[in-house]
Amino acid sequence: MTGARATGVADQAGQDAGQYLPKDGAQEETAGQPAKPFGIMGWLRWCWRQLTSMRTALVLLFLLAVASVPGSMLPQNGTDPTKVQQYISQHPLLGPLLNRLSLFDVFAAPWFAAIYLLLFASLAGCVLPRAFRLAVSARAKPPAAPRHPARLPFGSAYRTTQQPAEALAVATRLLSGEGFRLRTGDGWVAAEKGYLRETGNLLFHIALLALLAAVGLGALFGYKADILLTEGDGFANTVADYDQYHPGRAVAPGDLQPFTIWLDKFSASYIASGPLRGEPSSFAASLRYQQQPGTPIRRYDLQVNHPLNIDGAKVYLLGHGYAPQFRITDGKGRLALQQAVPFLPADNTDFTSEGVIKVPDAQPDQLGFVGVFLPTEVASDGQLSSAFPAPLNPAVSLVSYAGNLGLNSGAPQSVYQLQTSGMRELPIEPRPLFPGQSMKLPNGVGTVTFTGYRQWISLQVTYDPGRVPALISAILAVFGLLLSFLVRRRRLFVRVHPATAGQDGADTAGNGTEVEFGGLARSDVAGGFEEEFVALTAAIRAAHQVTQGAAAGQAPLDESASASLGSTAGQGSVSSQGGTASAGGTASTDSTTATGATASTDSTTGAAASTGAAESTGAAANTDRK
Amino acid sequence: MPVNIGMARLSDHLLLFTVVIYSLAMLAYAGEIAYGRRRGKATAQQEPELALAGVAAARGRQRESAGSAGPGQVATGAGGSPVTDTDTPPDAVPAGPWIRAALALTTIGLAAHVLGIVTRGLAAHRIPWGNMYEFVTAITCGAVIVFLVLAVRYRAYFLGLFVMVPVVLGLGLCATVLYTAAGPLMPALHSYWIAIHVTAAIISSGIFIVAATTTVMYLFAERNAARVAVGSHAGGVMQRLPKPEVLDRLSYRTVVFGFPIWTFAIIAGAIWADQAWGRYWGWDPKETWAFITWVAYACFLHARATAGWRGRKAAVIQLLAFGCLMFNLIGVNLWITGLHSYAGIS
Ligand code: HEM
Repeated sequence: MTGARATGVADQAGQDAGQYLPKDGAQEETAGQPAKPFGIMGWLRWCWRQLTSMRTALVLLFLLAVASVPGSMLPQNGTDPTKVQQYISQHPLLGPLLNRLSLFDVFAAPWFAAIYLLLFASLAGCVLPRAFRLAVSARAKPPAAPRHPARLPFGSAYRTTQQPAEALAVATRLLSGEGFRLRTGDGWVAAEKGYLRETGNLLFHIALLALLAAVGLGALFGYKADILLTEGDGFANTVADYDQYHPGRAVAPGDLQPFTIWLDKFSASYIASGPLRGEPSSFAASLRYQQQPGTPIRRYDLQVNHPLNIDGAKVYLLGHGYAPQFRITDGKGRLALQQAVPFLPADNTDFTSEGVIKVPDAQPDQLGFVGVFLPTEVASDGQLSSAFPAPLNPAVSLVSYAGNLGLNSGAPQSVYQLQTSGMRELPIEPRPLFPGQSMKLPNGVGTVTFTGYRQWISLQVTYDPGRVPALISAILAVFGLLLSFLVRRRRLFVRVHPATAGQDGADTAGNGTEVEFGGLARSDVAGGFEEEFVALTAAIRAAHQVTQGAAAGQAPLDESASASLGSTAGQGSVSSQGGTASAGGTASTDSTTATGATASTDSTTGAAASTGAAESTGAAANTDRK
Repeated sequence: MPVNIGMARLSDHLLLFTVVIYSLAMLAYAGEIAYGRRRGKATAQQEPELALAGVAAARGRQRESAGSAGPGQVATGAGGSPVTDTDTPPDAVPAGPWIRAALALTTIGLAAHVLGIVTRGLAAHRIPWGNMYEFVTAITCGAVIVFLVLAVRYRAYFLGLFVMVPVVLGLGLCATVLYTAAGPLMPALHSYWIAIHVTAAIISSGIFIVAATTTVMYLFAERNAARVAVGSHAGGVMQRLPKPEVLDRLSYRTVVFGFPIWTFAIIAGAIWADQAWGRYWGWDPKETWAFITWVAYACFLHARATAGWRGRKAAVIQLLAFGCLMFNLIGVNLWITGLHSYAGIS
């Protein structure tokens, strides 16, 4: 890439400008070259070069984006496994195929991992050598000035009455004051600026690496766990207490922070009227927690967006629901169950919830129930439904079974599903029970009383030691990116020659200097180098005390220079004002001014012509002052 | 606090009024293109040459011949084109009556638009970007503001028609399909991060909309320029478009401006996700598409900045990136369910 672009510029410049163009660290210097592989080592080296080229890194980044598309279009096991099952059963042909390709687990798929691991390797291989190179070039000086700086893509040439050494010193001082890094030689100075561009680019890549490392840190040393907690209950942060527990690869059960949490009360409020009736407006769970055994117990009002942070582990409120309370006696008249049974919301707008009650202790038959909980029961032609998510008129309706629950068969059972194969449905018409109401089961197998309800919340506990490093890396990456987009690398060259007599009759040898000034920038896409160049030209000319005397028709020193400045003369007014001001300053000695006015052959015809009016005013002012 | 019904109704009326006024403005911009002043014939002929002068600084050399052709021509070149590229008008034509009418209408419409958003916030007692209706209303407002800034700063009036088309469409959708009554935020959105994350998303989306319309114009102008170069007759209306290079650069700068804000929106979203959902990144569909959009815009910037791509190829990448942005806004909200479902459309 470097080669191609540099040549392009050189072509346009009609000169070997390319060799003066600042090298851009963002571009690999190796990948573009055709490799001559020697045996296996050669091939390996070639592969490594290809892998670590910037282009490859970009392609991999792009691939990563493309690869994530199916993850957003197809249901994913990580977020919704039931949907995946549904999808597979609905698409008997496509489903299994997609499954084989890990398309239901895109972000854990081997091919997805392959892309980001390659990206990681590519970045590392790209960044390390470049960091080294940058460290070296941090002290490097710009190259020597070309013979004719004015022939660079931006150029200008003019004469000043100052002596060459003085003119050079003036230019050097000015460029140094502008923060350029300088290199001087016999009759020339080379200046370069914009090293921050590479620094920014490097920062971006290193930060990206750090970001991936931070993600890895979380995957190794973090954990995630879920628990459903009913009002009045508590749990300890131990593997045994959790419903689901996903530890990172390097987490041992003993690493979990030793805290305990109790749920006192959960409250939700809903919009009571209007078009958004039934939408939730706030959730809050009042917790008590203890950082570790023996420490004081504290209170916390847990809300969505306000996780509880204990020792770096964060506790989140994820969901909530109802747990109707039952009191069940068995066929022998003994109390077989008395507890709140969490039901899962089947409908998130009216919170109709479904659940299962298993009574393994009931004798002689075990009992099981499939139930529906309606927070605000309304009867509408035999159909049970809930009109509002808040418990304004709570009721349950149960379908009852007796027989064998199958809990001893060894196969794991979900608490939310009743295995009815060993049971018979009891012949009893389901009807809503309100708090305090009982239902006698037929054949004397028992009695069910709906005693009331509690609420439950689902909590997620996560610990991710990578989150702060990830945030810092992300911020640094953006910062680096901005630097590399906004800073441009540019070089300027000034060369002075003693003016030769005869080129201009009025001049005497040794009394003036020809100044050539040129510059070029790499990747100045956002524009701005033009303006900078014009402003700098103006400043240097002003410092050289050049007055604008040249008329448009006058033969320029260097025609091409005039052409290139022609394109930048939009700012001509700026440069001419600089010239005028300095002309005013030098007007004290008549002879000098006069000489200056005619002797400084101004090659920037375009500027002179376009701002002709300003020039003549300047000249007039000059004359007046005389 | 209950919704202030009067305010909510006022907001609805103001936004309807806005659509009407914007539509009129759109007609006026179209009128300018159809009946407005032409650029002088002479200038038009010099255009390819002048354009070159302005574009790539590195190409200044190519104008050697132009430079020696005579002082007069150089003067025009110097006076006309670089100016175009930097801070002053891409369109040398002064604002005619059509444009003045269009700008006045746009300003009135914008005032109603902003008031509509403010009253919506007052009605619901919260920041008014909690669902897709409010979000699209705000994005279109952002786009109009960005357009007016460009119109004032760069005299980029020509953008008016092209920006008003998506804005009127978006507001039209708001009034019909997306309409959601004012109400309190769902608990998931009770966080000051909504003011940070969503505001950044709104601003950057508004900016990207204007950048994309500029790019569409660029593609028209570029095709026209190619026709002129071949010698075939250029369409009369096309004649009024600014030079393709100007559009190309304006669009690029606009993206450069919007990209960091977009990045910020994503990072703020990640911080919020860490607070709300217990992880900063989880490949939720909205997150995934935000990432894809980010990569696509980064590719566009990179293609221009380091690979030196410009013109049609870069324009196509930018439009692809914009497609991802729009898919995230429309497709992900309406057809894909995820954690990030605040559209409020059922
Ligand atoms: C990594 C995390 C996140 C990313 C990458 C992300 C990305 C985005 C993007 C790209 C938009 C622009 C809207 C669009 O195009 O539709 C947006 C809007 C929005 N985001 Fe996020 N977001 C994140 C986390 C969150 C969180 C945690 C919340 C709230 C709990 C949130 C709430 C919103 C809202 C309310 C909007 C505007 C309304 C709408 O989309 O209808 N975001 N987000």
